[in-house]
Amino acid sequence: MMVRTTFAGFGGQGVLLMGYVLAHGAMLKGLNVTYLPAYGAEMRGGTANCTVTLSDEEIASPVASQPDILVAMNAPSLERFEPTVKPGGLIFVNASLIEVSPQRSDVSEVRVDAVKLAREVGSDRAANMVMLGALVGKTGMLEVEEAVRGMAEATKGKEKFFDLNKAAIERGAAFICEGR
Amino acid sequence: MPSERMLMRGAHVVGEAAVRAGCRCYFGYPITPQNELPEYLSSRLAEVGGTFIQAESEVASINMVIGASAAGARVMTSSSSPGISLKQEGISYLCGQELPAVIVNMMRGGPGLGNIAPSQADYFQATRGGGHGDYRLPVLAPSGCQELAELTFLAFELADTYRNPVMLVGDGLMGQMMEPVVFPDPIDPKDLPPKDWILDGCKGRPPRAIYSLFLEPPVLYQHNLHLQGKYDRIAAKEVRFEHYQTEGAEVVVVAYGTASRIAKGAVNRLRREGLPVGLFRPITLWPFPKEALRQMAQNGIKIAVFELSLGQLVEDVILTVGARSEIYFHGIPGGPIPTPAEVEDYIRSVMSGDGRVGRRVEV
Amino acid sequence: MSQAAMKRIYSMPESLKDTSNHYCPGCGHSVVHRILAEVLDEMGLRERTIGVAPVGCAVLAYNYFNFDMVEAPHGRALAVATGIKRVQPDKLVLTYQGDGDLAAIGTAETIHAANRGEKISTVFINNAIYGMTGGQMAPTTIEGLWSTTTPGGRDLDRDGYPIDISRMLAVCPRTVYIERCAITSPKNIRRAKRAIRKSFEIQMKGLGFSLVEILSPCPTNWKMSPKEAWMWIEKVLERTYPLGVIKDLTESGDGG
Repeated sequence: MMVRTTFAGFGGQGVLLMGYVLAHGAMLKGLNVTYLPAYGAEMRGGTANCTVTLSDEEIASPVASQPDILVAMNAPSLERFEPTVKPGGLIFVNASLIEVSPQRSDVSEVRVDAVKLAREVGSDRAANMVMLGALVGKTGMLEVEEAVRGMAEATKGKEKFFDLNKAAIERGAAFICEGR
Repeated sequence: MPSERMLMRGAHVVGEAAVRAGCRCYFGYPITPQNELPEYLSSRLAEVGGTFIQAESEVASINMVIGASAAGARVMTSSSSPGISLKQEGISYLCGQELPAVIVNMMRGGPGLGNIAPSQADYFQATRGGGHGDYRLPVLAPSGCQELAELTFLAFELADTYRNPVMLVGDGLMGQMMEPVVFPDPIDPKDLPPKDWILDGCKGRPPRAIYSLFLEPPVLYQHNLHLQGKYDRIAAKEVRFEHYQTEGAEVVVVAYGTASRIAKGAVNRLRREGLPVGLFRPITLWPFPKEALRQMAQNGIKIAVFELSLGQLVEDVILTVGARSEIYFHGIPGGPIPTPAEVEDYIRSVMSGDGRVGRRVEV
Repeated sequence: MSQAAMKRIYSMPESLKDTSNHYCPGCGHSVVHRILAEVLDEMGLRERTIGVAPVGCAVLAYNYFNFDMVEAPHGRALAVATGIKRVQPDKLVLTYQGDGDLAAIGTAETIHAANRGEKISTVFINNAIYGMTGGQMAPTTIEGLWSTTTPGGRDLDRDGYPIDISRMLAVCPRTVYIERCAITSPKNIRRAKRAIRKSFEIQMKGLGFSLVEILSPCPTNWKMSPKEAWMWIEKVLERTYPLGVIKDLTESGDGG
């Protein structure tokens, strides 16, 4: 089992944190993991992306030829990374900010109104954790509790956001699993 | 006791490993993509009562390293390619004066200011000695976070054992990447063996002088032979490398560092199809693992060099393998990060001999 | 006269090795070596001293000083000394540097070590010329002075003004004491020795950075006799580089 997920959005959406939380959750679960942020020039233009690879075997390359999953938080990210996704892959679309759907017919789309759901649990700013909850809820790559544990580890020193983030992860997962 | 499993950024891994290896002194000057390392050490060394100085330049920082090493400390500096160029004079002095130190180069694209993307274009500079004079220094090339930790420990150990600087080479990708790491047992600097050559005041002994100036030709001649003897011992004892799926392989990729990780991904993809391909990964770039590579390079095996530079590693492969095998080369200059699929394409091209990707090197 | 009644009036300082040196006749280095060694003996610091030798005429200073020493690459003495002092804070760490080393190629290291307030003592030999390489222009070469690379004398339009690094360093808040001396007379030599002693005392008290600049003759490259060279310092060189205390925070208690 090896899954590669690319998270992409604009700076301030907590894109890198999504990957960071997933990576921590996977490590605590005992999986092998690599977290590879885009850095440098790409970082400056206001866009952010990272790729997280989870595997129960040794991970050879941290660089993905084709991610299995894309989590697109804004329209430019969907446009840019949609072509890279492996045929048969999954694309999570932040429906709050992206009106269009992927053009490709060989990938599946999961639309999540992340901002709206985040607002329900207390703050727009938790949209990233809602998406993460939806990701683990849909794929089962982590249990929801494992994702929450990863979040707690990844946000050490910012404990005051724990309850909000936990609620957001659970909300995203519930949206997928219960369809509401 | 080894540490628990921690998810850490590569640059932080080097910093943490250095502190656990007994390093209490760091001197450096900011340059991307390695700033996370000095940033980490600025607070971490303060916790353990160590010294961190953001120097006025790379030149000053390597010279602070000379001083701290002469005074007996385990000491480190780090930079990225242009900054490493500036440190070369000091590295030559460290070798001439036989002072241990660890120098980290998170390589970026060049020449000149280049860019901050991952690159391996400082291979010659590192392995041939980028400064003046007849000298060598061990060059360690980790390929991931766990190895960054282990080879940082090894770098300090080799430096002290041989009284010689040691270079650790990575790149921005490796510095930014996070992987779980287990650190080896921490070393208390107080438990390190005492050094009988350091400058600490000549109380109860004759004064010592540490220098590299030998105006009398026969004396410099002897000094160089002495250094060469040391380099020969290092070359005999400190070679490190990894074989990966080379058993029965018909094409063996030779790659190190980040390039070797990408190549390993390609090898896995091809092995799943049942194709006989493998990877040979030098971990010490100097001393280069000549014997192991030569043994493997028998008739019929194709050697496919893959590097993030345009023909540097391949020269050591040519010097080692000669005409024993067909040698192929594919290099990517600083900037784009190749994917395993691209390397897979290269290996397929070598297997079929269609010349589509990379090229055959005439020896 | 009994042995006990004899008074020893001269001896080799223990902080100097009993060996001949390579300095030219009339050169100021041997005088400064001697007074520096005397100060260390008098203060009982020889076994607690780590010196940094420069590149230039004093490159072989470790052959003459009888205490621990390291050679620094050209201009980097104060960076090397910084590394030493941070590892061995209880030692007396000194650099011995010429004008090219300290005020040309090593300007950045000099200014930044001084500005950090490194607890180091610097003895700065200013002879306004490059000695070891054979008489080229120094950063401190004064207007009109002939050198092998200023054939008509230093031209301010072409070569810029001579640099007064001591006064520049005095601007840094954490330089504690800076004095300019000469060794042109017994009186001046005693004064230079007092200044070196003061610099070492400041360091051992942990007050901060101090520097003693010494105007020193280079008869060989000035193409003068030793006597002419001494007189030239007093009559000409001191006009550009007047002697005296440039900065002293020890009196006001602001040191460090």
